[in-house]
Amino acid sequence: MTSQLDIENLSVSYDDYQVLNQISFSIQPGKIGCFLGPSGCGKTTVLRAIAGFEPVLGGRILIEQVEVSTSHYRVAPENRNIGMIFQDFALFPHLSVAHNIGFGLKSWSSKQRAARVQELLAITGMLAYGQAYPHQLSGGQQQRVALARAMAPQPGLLLMDEPFSSMDVDLREQLAREVRNILKQENITAILVTHDQNEAFAVADTICVMNEGRIQQQDSGYNLYHRPANRFVADFIGQGVIIPATVENQYSVHTELGSIKGTVPINSKAGAAVDVLIRPDDVIHDDKSSETAIVVDKSFRGADFLYFLRMDSGIEVLCLAPSHHNHKINERIGIRLNVDHLVTFERASPHIARRR
Amino acid sequence: MSSSEIRNLRPLLPSWWQPGILLTALIFSIPVLTIASFLLQPSGDVWQHLVDTVLTDYLLNSALLMIGVALGTLSMGVICAWLTSLCQFPGKKLFVWTLLLPLAMPAYIIAYTYTGMFDFAGPVQTQIRDWTGWGYGDYYFPEVRSLGGAIAMLSLVLYPYVYLLARAAFLEQSVCVIEVSRTLGCSAWSSFYRVALPLARPAIVAGLSLALMETLADYGTVSYFGLGVFTTGIFRTWFGLGDSTAAAKLAAILLLFVFALVVIERWSRHRAQYHHTTNRYRQLPQYRLTGFRAFMAFLGCLLPLLFGFILPAFQLSLWALDTYAIMIDASFIRLTVNTILLGLSTAVLAVLLALFLAYGKRVLANKLVFASVRVVATGYAVPGTIIAVGVIIPLAWFDNTLDAYMRDRFEISTGLLLSGTLFAVMFAYLVRFLAVSIQAVESGLVKIRFSMDEAARSLGYKPMETLFKIHLPLMKGSVLTALLIVIVDVMKELPATLILRPFNFNTLAVRAFELASDERLADSSTAALMIVVVGLLPVILLSKSISSSRAGS
Repeated sequence: MTSQLDIENLSVSYDDYQVLNQISFSIQPGKIGCFLGPSGCGKTTVLRAIAGFEPVLGGRILIEQVEVSTSHYRVAPENRNIGMIFQDFALFPHLSVAHNIGFGLKSWSSKQRAARVQELLAITGMLAYGQAYPHQLSGGQQQRVALARAMAPQPGLLLMDEPFSSMDVDLREQLAREVRNILKQENITAILVTHDQNEAFAVADTICVMNEGRIQQQDSGYNLYHRPANRFVADFIGQGVIIPATVENQYSVHTELGSIKGTVPINSKAGAAVDVLIRPDDVIHDDKSSETAIVVDKSFRGADFLYFLRMDSGIEVLCLAPSHHNHKINERIGIRLNVDHLVTFERASPHIARRR
Repeated sequence: MSSSEIRNLRPLLPSWWQPGILLTALIFSIPVLTIASFLLQPSGDVWQHLVDTVLTDYLLNSALLMIGVALGTLSMGVICAWLTSLCQFPGKKLFVWTLLLPLAMPAYIIAYTYTGMFDFAGPVQTQIRDWTGWGYGDYYFPEVRSLGGAIAMLSLVLYPYVYLLARAAFLEQSVCVIEVSRTLGCSAWSSFYRVALPLARPAIVAGLSLALMETLADYGTVSYFGLGVFTTGIFRTWFGLGDSTAAAKLAAILLLFVFALVVIERWSRHRAQYHHTTNRYRQLPQYRLTGFRAFMAFLGCLLPLLFGFILPAFQLSLWALDTYAIMIDASFIRLTVNTILLGLSTAVLAVLLALFLAYGKRVLANKLVFASVRVVATGYAVPGTIIAVGVIIPLAWFDNTLDAYMRDRFEISTGLLLSGTLFAVMFAYLVRFLAVSIQAVESGLVKIRFSMDEAARSLGYKPMETLFKIHLPLMKGSVLTALLIVIVDVMKELPATLILRPFNFNTLAVRAFELASDERLADSSTAALMIVVVGLLPVILLSKSISSSRAGS
């Protein structure tokens, strides 16, 4: 199967500042990709380079096997067969919903255009709003119109720039799932850019975590969380702490909380000092356990408590405990480890719990 | 390879767009460059004569006029702005916008009106003589046609510039700053002096420099009052002494003053941007005035309005009622149609050029284009007299050169092809008023977010199609405003029209000026009133926008 989008060694810079450094990425038809990262990591620049709004310093971009951007050649945005959803939706305020959706269908016959607009209004559940104007719609409805407008000309690639960031938090996940369902139903290849990992998990098939203009890891959400490739990814995705450990053998390391079984990198000899990633869900609260730690801080999150615990050595870990286990600060509670995925890094200091 | 080089490989706009902008900037700076070049030209006998006799007077009178107008506009503008932005008193809502009305009154028209009302034969002095039995020379009455009179006239119609910008600055000040000063122990008055006024100072200075630019540009008032300042000096030297070089040299010196003001204005506006410490706005606290203080506030706002608009408009209407039956004839109607057609065609050209420049600036977004548009937009500061002289000299040179060449080669005389035609008049108007239309068009363009452009591009539209499908429909209001303002400015313009108009071609402003100069004040009132009424339209637009908008709300 040929891929829908190929990015090969893409570099982009503004004046002297290198925004993107040798990015490579491909996506198969019908899949949803995501660039995820903190602000300033270059993720929006990738999207704008794909759309043709940013010139390219090095490398190249191919859409449906056609070269659209190189350092000396750039196909204009209007000739790339892409659709784009903007952070502010950019709906045209002087046009009705139906005309917004039909805007990109200028070469279609009016009959076909009307049919396509109806089809999209139906897909997005906006049939009742064809004659409404953008300012009369709620944020979620505007979002759907933006999606419908971008999908209308049947683009080879749909680009979404932080499409949920202007939404209320409770609405975001619902909309994200809705958008994913529509894209899947229509078998559309799409690229999402976001700083919110929950959005990325909810929408994307494959996620590129970016930092400082480079892709740190490309993987599924599950693997990014459980098998982070480096400390940045471990830190950026989910919560957790990194604690010191000693390699026992090829299949286990020893920590203050006991041994953890898993696969140890081949080049680590027995007795070598390493660091391991401990997620809050790896630490189980167990009153019967002989290992104990002191509650330093806690935050109530509804269904569960996130405890910040200090062990006797002074190392802090996070523990996710069911909500009915309500312990006081400075109380000593029993814990044990239950690590499904052993993640080790070369030794570095210091060890800081990340509170988010 | 830099990004701009890549842009050049795949231009976003047709390739002639950027050179077109540069060429426009070049063409529109010809008048000012022509005049500026006279600073370096050797001086002739006439110039030496001017230096020996009148130049000191011109300098002194211009300086006194500017100082007087500065004091007048500042006191009226700042006080009214403070009262209408931060105090609550009866009639305040009405004053907010009516205080702008004097903007519709050209200074030369208010000057005729006051002369008619207050000079020796006018109704006021006649009434005094009737009551007291005094005769000529028995009593003192201030002379309207004097430097002091000119200062009063110009201040009365120019204070709205200061008022407008000062009021905007007071309203934009975050409530926190003023409340903090109150919690730190400042009284209402001392928080005005120590916090609000210093914060608004850049805006006030910007408004003042606009008022002073208009003062330097004024020809009608000072000429009617017989004062020797730069603009009248240029006319006298050109038409009286017949020396265009000396006239241009005078214009060049005036240009230096103007550029000083432009620099001050730009600098103040730049500083004004940095004065917002927070983006949070709330309804400003209002000092509720009662009793005597409320009365004084009411009076403080009423007087500028009364003397700047109501009284002269009333007098004009009285005269017009007396004379309109004789004055409105076929030639008057032709005159009106001429004026409106001239204004409309200039306005259409100005808006097309403004769209070309502003959209190019938005899409191309490089320093060369920014600088070019800025050069074109500086014309608003240059007095009509300077522009007229700066237009006529190169056009005459072109005509004479072409004529000489054609006679030499083909024995055909082309005569004066461009100078003394409507082309010259409209070119001068465009140099002066293009800035106004650029500003209106740009204010419409900035409201359209860049994502709109990009959304249209991603949906398969080229930049030109985007301009017509997205930008123009969204900017309809701004484009109409630009048209209206240019039409009105053209109708009011006096000195450039006087110098450049074709033989026997008149506008309403020129007609009113001619009649008033012949002491036919009542007869001039119909044309003058017409100018004022038309001039009210943009003022009403402006007042609607200031009373409905406040940052953050």
